[in-house]
Amino acid sequence: MSAEALRLEAVSKSFGGLPAVRGVSLSIADGERRLLLGPNGAGKTTLFNLVTGDLPPDTGSIRLFGREISRMPAHRRVHLGLARTYQVITLFPRKTLAQNLELALLGLSPLRWNPVALPSRRPELRERALAVLERVGLRAAADRRLSDTSYGEQRRVEIAMALSQEPRVLLLDEPFAGLSQEERREIQRQLAAIPRQVTVVMIEHDLDVALSFAERITVLHQGQIIVEGSRAEVVADARVQEVYLGA
Amino acid sequence: MIRALPVALSSLLLLAPALSPSDFYVNVATQILIAAIFALSLNLLVGYGGLISLGHAAYLGVSAYLTIWLVTRAGVGHLPAAAAAVVLTTAMSVLFGVLALRATGLGFLMITLALGQILWGLAYRWVSVTGGDNGLSGFDRPRPFGIDLASPRAFYLATAAVFACAFVLMAVLVRSTFGAGLQGVRDQPRRMQALGWHVWMVRLVAFVAAGFWGAVAGVLYAYYNQFVSPHVLALTSSAEALLMVIAGGAGTLLGPVVGAVVVVMLKNVVSAYVTRWVLLLGLVFVAIVAFMPEGLVPGFDRLRRRRRRRRTAGDA
Repeated sequence: MSAEALRLEAVSKSFGGLPAVRGVSLSIADGERRLLLGPNGAGKTTLFNLVTGDLPPDTGSIRLFGREISRMPAHRRVHLGLARTYQVITLFPRKTLAQNLELALLGLSPLRWNPVALPSRRPELRERALAVLERVGLRAAADRRLSDTSYGEQRRVEIAMALSQEPRVLLLDEPFAGLSQEERREIQRQLAAIPRQVTVVMIEHDLDVALSFAERITVLHQGQIIVEGSRAEVVADARVQEVYLGA
Repeated sequence: MIRALPVALSSLLLLAPALSPSDFYVNVATQILIAAIFALSLNLLVGYGGLISLGHAAYLGVSAYLTIWLVTRAGVGHLPAAAAAVVLTTAMSVLFGVLALRATGLGFLMITLALGQILWGLAYRWVSVTGGDNGLSGFDRPRPFGIDLASPRAFYLATAAVFACAFVLMAVLVRSTFGAGLQGVRDQPRRMQALGWHVWMVRLVAFVAAGFWGAVAGVLYAYYNQFVSPHVLALTSSAEALLMVIAGGAGTLLGPVVGAVVVVMLKNVVSAYVTRWVLLLGLVFVAIVAFMPEGLVPGFDRLRRRRRRRRTAGDA
């Protein structure tokens, strides 16, 4: 097994001549907790989109556990163990929480191509969905429509959907955005419970919660990495204080 | 047991027209069922896949042409001709799907429209094969197992049997794990991709399923009319099916059936009394869009729920 979960080499992406990511090279170890930090427009979400395949890179190479994935369709990367959450919640509001989870579970199951398999006749599917909802404390709300749940609960469903796929690499895009203090603590508990073998890369602006979670931090500015290191190293770095902390 | 009642009631409703003393109404009911299969097939794309097609008549038309051409010009038997028409038309839908699904939204609509118009043009101009404006005729209904389908009642019952199969199979499809994915792709394609679903392939499978059922409707159309002309491939034919889906309620199972009842009744029954029935069809459609923009079936469902809520509030 490779000790490296994710490796980016000289990855670049421009939008209409405007560079969003410029020659980023990054190595994330298997099982690591990495934080991507940077001001708005630094290219953090674009970098996530390049890794997941939502966007194709202009140049550069992306490897997942040693396998080149930069030209691989997005859905196939998921089957290799890559999962993500989105900054803006993109779930299925008309479906129940359990049905949202079932869609995530089916995404990796051959059942998804079956035109005659009724989900209601597949108790194992529902049981698995309920088990994941139990993990995030939403078991009791399983049959509520997503549109009838709070924003904080939807954030938890978002994370639960990614976790239900038992990913090897999990990309979290601002999981604490827009949450109350209480909801933040709940998400923090959930993130702390993610098994050690899962590599977690997180974009987050809330330094209090993010710094306590991350082992290593990469700071991006104008599409480039300016610093990478441990919490102490990054916080002490003069460039970080200048561009990000505003000091 | 709870489900037995609706099944029994809908079976009775389906069989009732066969008891009508008037051949005219039996034939209108047959047309409704053929239109309903066609509209249900389009609903797989429009309602459940979120892909609005203006070229669905391609499958109805090509299948109808093939059925009649194979029997009258190539001397093929009825059953193999019908099977070949469905298989070849479904194969064509794979090709059309690959072309049309290069886009979604307006782009998809324009490609399906263009493909449909190409076929309509071919039907008009390839006179040696299609008979051009005169179409293809000289076709009789088959006599499977000694049952003469030339009788309106026998043909209605055969159509009702096919309709029941089509309805049940499409109902199972949209409620299946694949159907859940199709609706997920309609609502959040990017999220579905991030969950491991092959969004393009899900849409293609739905496109081909819609093509298959459109082809089945085409075979019935050929048997019913015993004649086919370029009219079946015209844009109005595609638009009419879309009208049925939207008026009845896209993304519901009963919606396209109700839409088919409204459009076929207006076309056949009301047109006997009102010369400008197309104007009336337009007015009905405008009224539906104005008062029940989601379609008749979800619209009445909403009214029923509101009434029930009011009654519950009144009781309390």
